[in-house]
Amino acid sequence: MATTGKVTGIVSNLVTVEVDGPVGQNEICYISLGEDRLMAEVIKVTGKLASVQVFESTRGLSVGCPVEFAGHMLEVTLGPGMLSRNYDGLQNDLDAMTGVFLKRGEYTPALDPDRKWHFVPLAKVGDKVRCADWLGSVKEGWIDHKIMVPFDYEGEGTIEKIAAEGDYPASGEIAVLRDAQGNSRSVSMTMKWAVKREIRGYRSKPRPFKVMETGVRTIDTLNPIAEGGTGFIPGPFGCGKTVLQHALAKNAGADLIVMVACGERANEVVEIFTEFPELDDPRTGRKLMERTIIVCNTSNMPVASREASVYTGMTLAEYYRMMGLKVLLLADSTSRWAQALREMSNRMEELPGPDAFPMDLSAVVSQFYSRAGYVELRNGASGSITFIGTVSPAGGNLKEPVTESTQKAARCFYALSQARADSKRYPAVDPIDSYSKYLEYPEVIRWFDENVEPGWVDKVLKMKDLLLRGKEAKDQINILGDDGVPVEYHVAANKAEVVDFVVLQQDAFDEVDASCPMGRQRYMVDLVLEICDAEYRFDGFEEVGGWFRKLINLMRQMNYQLFDSDKFKAAEADLRSLVAERRAV
Amino acid sequence: MRTRAFQKIYTRIDNITKATCTLRAEGVANDEMAFVDGRPAQVVKIAGDRVTLQVFPGTGGISTDSEVVFTGAPPTVKVGDALKGRFFDAYGHPIDGGPEVDGEVREIGGPSVNPVRRKQPSELIATGIAGIDLNNTLVTGQKIPFFADADQPYNQVMATVALRAQADVIVLGGMGMSNDDYLYYRNLFESAGASDRIVAFMNTTENPPVERLLVPDMCLTAAEWFATEQKKKVLVLLSDMTLYADALSIVSNRMDQIPSKDSMPGSLYSDLAKIYEKAVQFPDGGSITIIAVTTLSGGDITHAVPDNTGYITEGQLYLRRDTDIAKVIIDPFRSLSRLKQLVIGKKTREDHAAVMNAAIRLYADAANAKTKLENGFELTDYDRRALGFAKDYSAALLAIDVNIGVEKMLDTGWELFGRYFSKDEVGVKQELMTRYWKGE
Repeated sequence: MATTGKVTGIVSNLVTVEVDGPVGQNEICYISLGEDRLMAEVIKVTGKLASVQVFESTRGLSVGCPVEFAGHMLEVTLGPGMLSRNYDGLQNDLDAMTGVFLKRGEYTPALDPDRKWHFVPLAKVGDKVRCADWLGSVKEGWIDHKIMVPFDYEGEGTIEKIAAEGDYPASGEIAVLRDAQGNSRSVSMTMKWAVKREIRGYRSKPRPFKVMETGVRTIDTLNPIAEGGTGFIPGPFGCGKTVLQHALAKNAGADLIVMVACGERANEVVEIFTEFPELDDPRTGRKLMERTIIVCNTSNMPVASREASVYTGMTLAEYYRMMGLKVLLLADSTSRWAQALREMSNRMEELPGPDAFPMDLSAVVSQFYSRAGYVELRNGASGSITFIGTVSPAGGNLKEPVTESTQKAARCFYALSQARADSKRYPAVDPIDSYSKYLEYPEVIRWFDENVEPGWVDKVLKMKDLLLRGKEAKDQINILGDDGVPVEYHVAANKAEVVDFVVLQQDAFDEVDASCPMGRQRYMVDLVLEICDAEYRFDGFEEVGGWFRKLINLMRQMNYQLFDSDKFKAAEADLRSLVAERRAV
Repeated sequence: MRTRAFQKIYTRIDNITKATCTLRAEGVANDEMAFVDGRPAQVVKIAGDRVTLQVFPGTGGISTDSEVVFTGAPPTVKVGDALKGRFFDAYGHPIDGGPEVDGEVREIGGPSVNPVRRKQPSELIATGIAGIDLNNTLVTGQKIPFFADADQPYNQVMATVALRAQADVIVLGGMGMSNDDYLYYRNLFESAGASDRIVAFMNTTENPPVERLLVPDMCLTAAEWFATEQKKKVLVLLSDMTLYADALSIVSNRMDQIPSKDSMPGSLYSDLAKIYEKAVQFPDGGSITIIAVTTLSGGDITHAVPDNTGYITEGQLYLRRDTDIAKVIIDPFRSLSRLKQLVIGKKTREDHAAVMNAAIRLYADAANAKTKLENGFELTDYDRRALGFAKDYSAALLAIDVNIGVEKMLDTGWELFGRYFSKDEVGVKQELMTRYWKGE
């Protein structure tokens, strides 16, 4: 019989329950309040008392309210039909809810169990299978959604029965498996999985070796992220974190995007709801929404489900990864999740770590980032989760616990700079502070040599040097004055400006410039380096700034035009004649 | 929130702190309102039969045998058309000498709007102030604060914005507002003939600070009623949110919670978000727009209150005194409206974004030139022109006393570009140059 209990204490959304039977850490329970059933998760057990965090408002709750325990941890339902959905942090379908306002205790099914899918078997009776092996496939939108052996299936089993090609409801039996002990298990297209456990069952998780193209120059060219890699974007408010994340969601070369809006503004999610169904996905020609799943727990939704939302998002991504898909997981913002942890830890009166965050914050963050990655499946296919999270450091100061914990876990660091944002140099990713560890991976360097251009990474490093030299020159000019330094300093400072304006800066709101494919990035990088490698004649520092401004202006016009169009070529021709004017032979 | 007949009266209080008291009681619900010796209080913690109450006016004078009655209901406000033109205290009782209002009783701090039921904001709010309309355009359903030092005229600017914004209903929430400022608003709205569309909930410096905690929820519940039942465009003004946060920290301190940054409670972000996220564009036309004030101490925006606010709101507006023109301007560098992209160039002329960006970039060049000048370096011809431009731009467009339409702002921008710069230096897309360039 299931364990039950009664409420004995309440502080905000932390409730203590006296239980009459066994209870597990992280077990889900439901508290009855009149007609409503409020979902909660066990976070601490002391003798007969369980402390639970309630995923809803606890207004009106009183001592003695009955509680029922569910016997399982927080879990999601996995199966065909999740694409294009808008879920809350607990995987309730937001569109299926009634009314304009969220109703407490309203839980909606994540999938439609009766919807029929056209099943094509990929395995046959007598095949030996293990967890996550592909049994068949259904068309979910444009992707081949694999129906897999349940992830909790232990050991090897034999297919006793498998459905022939045809239309079946999601919840109907699709296969029967018999294990070594002779027990049979019926399998449908859907299964449950606890969100805090990684979905394993792949063969290996090698080091990432290819690059995930994002269309954002300052990432792809300067600090590329690998497919299956991890990165994070810390930045003070108003520096364009969200715009950058949306740009990634729109343009990244992934099969599937899972966006977790974790404790952020509702209007930002509304922007996705409004725009993504209209925008075209350049890769498939379909709408962007058709490759997107949104998990949305905005800042005014219950705090406890913020934590759940990032795990829910990760679990959905892992599920699709097991089908051999390239998934991009974006979470905005992981700081809000950390704050939710802090609120609970505080109410439980735990001894606080730095800035009152729980002591294990760093471990929790690392464990979460480690779930991303590139995997090889047992059938030879490969899949990946590339994870990029944003961090909202308090006061824009990067020396704070969430940023520091994340820095230990993530391999790419995209620091947004207030100074760049103030001078409207967007995206405001600081080219000097930011880094990508993947640029040091020999396998990534090789990938660039083969797929972009031989010696590419050296060119990238050269551009970084130009930027650094420019910055140093600029500092000198600021100290010594325009005429206190040699003209070369002005040239160096302006060459850095060329890299900045032409490569780093990108207009996310311009139709053409918003997304820049790798081929075009290579062309512009080569052009920029050609210009910056050359020497120029100037008679005095007064001539330098104006000439470079003209040059930058022409190159920006190129960025705004369709690649290789007449206008693009015209601007390039103007550019070449301008360069010829001053080029030292 | 009045007591009813046959209610159990408790007369033994075990613990009393400055803001809370604890007693043994049964059948009490979380968040329920109560009266302790006639003073309004709210249940904040229940542990077995021990109930902790937060007493809004403070516990001074409460004794262990004071009478405690529970109302059986969370805090409520009466909503309806009768609110218009009236001023209330933090509990919703009139302070303008008029009678109690009649209306539907609603729980305050109710549920959030389902995000998929929201509509994307798309309606421009014109204020006539170019520093706002041109550079930081406001949109209905937006939430945006003024980040201002105590000596800056933020209440005046906010009142101007409120009166020009042509909202159907204006709900004013005063938290720790000085009596003088309260009277300023009241007189201004009366003399502008706007009384019939104003509703105000006031906690002035004369009232106990913890009462402030009720004010935003009172305002927003009333605003929600107007926006959903009557599909009105509602503008909510909240001044000052820093003092609201101070009240939060007082309570959390009395509750023995571990403080996080700047002695603020760890839940500050969620507490503020719950308020600001009430800003919404409903699909059937009603909307709630929030303009708030967050006072800074010495311009420090890294303090927990402005910092958390910045992460929640859709931009922020800064005021600054420009000594070159001896006027207060809207600072173009640090101010930001995140929703402006939804209307500029769409609800306004196509060149809006280009003019805005070019002007700010040139203004930044002027700032650099100024630094050079201050450091005793010689100025180039370009520097001198940039400085000239900056002065005119500041006076004609950034000053808060500007009151012109958006088209006129754009034309003024082009005029100034033409007066001081060449086409190359302005660096706007060729197509727009051909159409709007006013120089040689």
